[in-house]
Amino acid sequence: MDVTFTKEDLVFRDEVREFFATEYDFSMAGSLNLATISDGECYKDAIVKWQKKLHAKGWIAPSWPVEYGGAGWSVTQKFIFETERGAAGIPAVIPFGISMVAPVIYTFGNEEQKKKFLPRILSSDDWWCQGYSEPGAGSDLAALSTSADLVDGEYLVNGHKIWTSYAQYADWIFCLVRTSKETRKQQGISFLLIDMKTPGISIKPIVTIDGRHHLNEVMFEDVRVPVENLIGEQDKGWTYAKALLAHERTGMAEVADSKRAFSELKERAKYEVNGGRAMIDDPLFQMRMSDVETELMALEYTELRVLAAMAEGGTPGPESSLLKIKGTEITQAIQELQLQLVAYYGGGIPSNVQKDGCGHAFAEEARCGYLFGRAATIYGGSNEVQRNVIAKMVLGV
Amino acid sequence: MNFQLSDEQAMLKDSVARYVKDQYNFDTRKKIISSEKGMSTESWAIFSDLGWLSIPFSEHYGGYGGGNEDIAVIMEELGKGIVVEPFVPTILLFGGLLSHCGPNDIAADLIPKIIEGHCLGAFAYLERQSRFEIADMKTTAIHSKKGWCINGSKSVVLNGSNATHIIVAARTSGGQYDLSGISLFMVDADTRGISILPYGMMDGHKAANINFDDVKIPADALLGNLDEGMRIVEKIMPQVLIGLCAEAIGIMAVLNEATVAYTKTRHQFGVPISSFQALQHRMVDTFMAAEQARSMVYRALCAFGEGNLDDENERMRSLHAMKISVAKSSKLIGEEAIQIHGGMGMTDELNIGHYVKRLMTINLMFGDGDYHQRRFNKISYQAA
Ligand SMILES: Cc1cc2nc3c(=O)[nH]c(=O)nc-3n(C[C@H](O)[C@H](O)[C@H](O)COP(=O)(O)OP(=O)(O)OC[C@H]3O[C@@H](n4cnc5c(N)ncnc54)[C@H](O)[C@@H]3O)c2cc1C
Repeated sequence: MDVTFTKEDLVFRDEVREFFATEYDFSMAGSLNLATISDGECYKDAIVKWQKKLHAKGWIAPSWPVEYGGAGWSVTQKFIFETERGAAGIPAVIPFGISMVAPVIYTFGNEEQKKKFLPRILSSDDWWCQGYSEPGAGSDLAALSTSADLVDGEYLVNGHKIWTSYAQYADWIFCLVRTSKETRKQQGISFLLIDMKTPGISIKPIVTIDGRHHLNEVMFEDVRVPVENLIGEQDKGWTYAKALLAHERTGMAEVADSKRAFSELKERAKYEVNGGRAMIDDPLFQMRMSDVETELMALEYTELRVLAAMAEGGTPGPESSLLKIKGTEITQAIQELQLQLVAYYGGGIPSNVQKDGCGHAFAEEARCGYLFGRAATIYGGSNEVQRNVIAKMVLGV
Repeated sequence: MNFQLSDEQAMLKDSVARYVKDQYNFDTRKKIISSEKGMSTESWAIFSDLGWLSIPFSEHYGGYGGGNEDIAVIMEELGKGIVVEPFVPTILLFGGLLSHCGPNDIAADLIPKIIEGHCLGAFAYLERQSRFEIADMKTTAIHSKKGWCINGSKSVVLNGSNATHIIVAARTSGGQYDLSGISLFMVDADTRGISILPYGMMDGHKAANINFDDVKIPADALLGNLDEGMRIVEKIMPQVLIGLCAEAIGIMAVLNEATVAYTKTRHQFGVPISSFQALQHRMVDTFMAAEQARSMVYRALCAFGEGNLDDENERMRSLHAMKISVAKSSKLIGEEAIQIHGGMGMTDELNIGHYVKRLMTINLMFGDGDYHQRRFNKISYQAA
């Protein structure tokens, strides 16, 4: 058993490091931090600019098949890339286009669709959002009722999507819609790509408890969608979406980002004091930190076990199912400690003039990170639903 | 043994509960928070008319002469409406300090004004570095022939922007961390040299950073004995902590009730989500957590009740244990309330998140759970 890298891997790692160090604009880090964004357009511009650099290098979508623009990396190389990205504090690529809709398009879409959509996803010229959830269909996604009726060679879409992340920036939305009410509720669902500029679509912002605008309601009123935008066969959308959900869930361990967040916590604990003593020297706070760090160390190796299985060309074992649950719980535990560290000073919401209101520069990040971070155990299949799945699929009960 | 409220307390509880229910709904609160002052002067006048502002003050000053229990009764009900008016900073902190610094002209002048609702107070003690050790203080007050001159910066002063009067803690002797050598001074908020930077807190309350730049005040602005300010602060802490924890149990009750109710109406997979055992067990846990926190508030009330406990150590153990228990229970209850509401729990529009943010803030005030656990350990566990 060993986890040493080959010489080639180390060369690759240096190349990645070098690229991040020279190409990423660290002065933009503030605008790219979702916990602290105050200006949405600025955020969008910054992230698109960065993604275009990744694209120019050919590293925007390493996991795609090479023929569509993937990097052809080994599992180890992908791991190295993610680790270095996290360590450098660089945000992950926005998932909706690159890792959510694109795999569905290149796996189940037709040639025209691939030609039309994939290049603009790679270049970040199109921003995608995910239109699955509805007011009546959250955990029970198959209960969705947004309808698409075939009328004169077009789909007429009517319905109401909710919790749509960053729809305010989106050019396109990929939706699950109901095309047949006759059958079992999972059948009758289709996967439809819709241009956000189509008449009849309206967006209503939802402000979250961190005081920011991440989410939206998206309403469809007699929206006409060409049949060419249907992925695969009508009424088979559920199967395609399920393949995609699996993608979404394994991407949620976020070990690299948690390691980075933890090292920031540790750094801050050196400067935050109580009674003149640094918090990092406080035995009780040390216990809180090591509780989290040891969990993270274990998760890192759980992820490596999954990657090793995949590197062998196999399918990951049951351990992969815990990545999302543990990953999000650890992320939240770190956010809780950041909040504990900033203490009462983090409660103040400074005006824009006075960013670090109480002299604690990470106050806003700690408060908003904790508050918005609560969502990680709700979206992408809530942790309760994940536990149900593990009980059934892994434990067989 | 008796945990019943007296008739007067039951009436007080009823009066606050009715006000919150009839006149302080979530929309009203939202409007108040987004107003420039961040508080409602009309509400404050009503609090005065209803006699709430007089509760802890001695009859001597025209007060009601109430005790910790009366405060707990009011605070629990205010918690249920997450009322943002400055009851804690004006009545419990500012008023508490005035009441405990010995008979003096300032108290005789200001306490009746507090009761009438005309004096709003703040206590400026926290500094950028002090966190939970209040005595870690750099602000200084220097004595001269003409009086005192104050210099320093205070952070997160509750009600700092609306206060007409501020009690400021400043070092008059000793080193930065010494418990003794801190004195309390009364200053008018508009004294020259004071600059106030107001901001909102995540719980909707107003606070401010306050700079004191050569602020000159008369010699008789000193409250209580020179260098013994921390003793006065320690005297008011039980009531302040009991008040805050009582507010917290009011909030917990609302969150638990709302969450259980939500699960009965929210359907997924063709059934109410309340039918899932995974959620039922968790709601049983949050129910138990709220009851345990309530018991700890009662325990602290008994410990500090008249003549109930002479053992100072045991009193302090109950006080710390209360804050620890409330911290643990609030964290569990707040996080579960959001989680079990799903996406809805994340919205600013729903009241849940606002209740959670007030709980989070209460947890961080005057020591978080870990701080009190350290103190608890220190006085509880020794080899000899
Ligand atoms: C920040 C954020 C971003 C999101 N982004 C998107 C997006 O871009 N696109 C999109 O389509 N959706 C998005 N969502 C929606 C997300 O997928 C849903 O919130 C999620 O599926 C849960 O659904 P719900 O909110 O309706 O909660 P509900 O399904 O009503 O669940 C409420 C509670 O019941 C629990 N529960 C439900 N069923 C069971 C069960 N069988 N057993 C035990 N417990 C159960 C849940 O775990 C939860 O705690 C986002 C949500 C959030 C919060």
